[in-house]
Amino acid sequence: MEFTSVLFYIFSFFFVTSAVMMITARNTAKAALLLILTFFSAASLWLLLEAEFLAITLILIYVGAVMVLFMFVIKMLDTDKSTLRAQFTRYLPLGIFVSIVVIAQMVLVLNAGQFDLEVIGVPERHDASYSNITAIAEQLYTVYVYPFELAAILLLIAIIAAITLVHRNQVRSKKQNISEQVNVQAQDRLRFASIKPKSSKESK
Amino acid sequence: MIALSDYLILSSIVFCIGLAGIFINRTNIIMLLMCVELILAAVNTNFIAFSYFSGDIAGQIFVFFILTVAAAEVAIGLAILTLMFRSRGSIDIDVTSTLKG
Repeated sequence: MEFTSVLFYIFSFFFVTSAVMMITARNTAKAALLLILTFFSAASLWLLLEAEFLAITLILIYVGAVMVLFMFVIKMLDTDKSTLRAQFTRYLPLGIFVSIVVIAQMVLVLNAGQFDLEVIGVPERHDASYSNITAIAEQLYTVYVYPFELAAILLLIAIIAAITLVHRNQVRSKKQNISEQVNVQAQDRLRFASIKPKSSKESK
Repeated sequence: MIALSDYLILSSIVFCIGLAGIFINRTNIIMLLMCVELILAAVNTNFIAFSYFSGDIAGQIFVFFILTVAAAEVAIGLAILTLMFRSRGSIDIDVTSTLKG
């Protein structure tokens, strides 16, 4: 058995095991940590597939930003309510049944031989001078430049939406209300105060 | 040498684990979001495996866009979750039945 095959089985074992432990975890914070392990295993598998840029991106963005956001929310909110676990076993048989049926169908379809190495050919390993980032960037900034800019706009909209949703004091724009200004009465804004002037002797 | 079908079977297994996670954790919205992330990781593995074995970089670019959309989805989803917890005091999905007639 080749070394890369051994690595594939090790990483897939961690991928599947941590995923199973994640969905069955009692504690949500523990589930988030196991999801981080799942992402690391996925990134290792992507490295085996020569997708170095995406593997690093998965770790930097998902583990570094998204999962930290998850941990923040988990720790901020009270997630240890017992009601959340009440229905855990109620849908467990159905979930296991559906998953096993889908996995069996996929294995039957995918193992039929059309995806074997003899059919689609063994891809050549690139040499050390090959840069995955360069290959992605050449496509991303030429063919896919408009989707790339759309993705930037999408992220900007997501930032604005998240801030406006969670912001406690709603941000109001400062604009004039013309009818309010026209209909204002004198007693609304003007107050007469009767102040008696002090004599100069009392002030001393 | 690992064939393409091995990667596809692995990603379908992880996809189904995420699916089962949605079934069994259906009251906890944070767990639902994390199971969606698991499903997306499986789908991305599928894309990258096809990209590698067919020698086409377009699959990896598609994964790049999926990562972008998923990050935006998580940000807005967690913001809505925080709002929901603030107004109802719970993230139980069964509490959110106000739209029921």
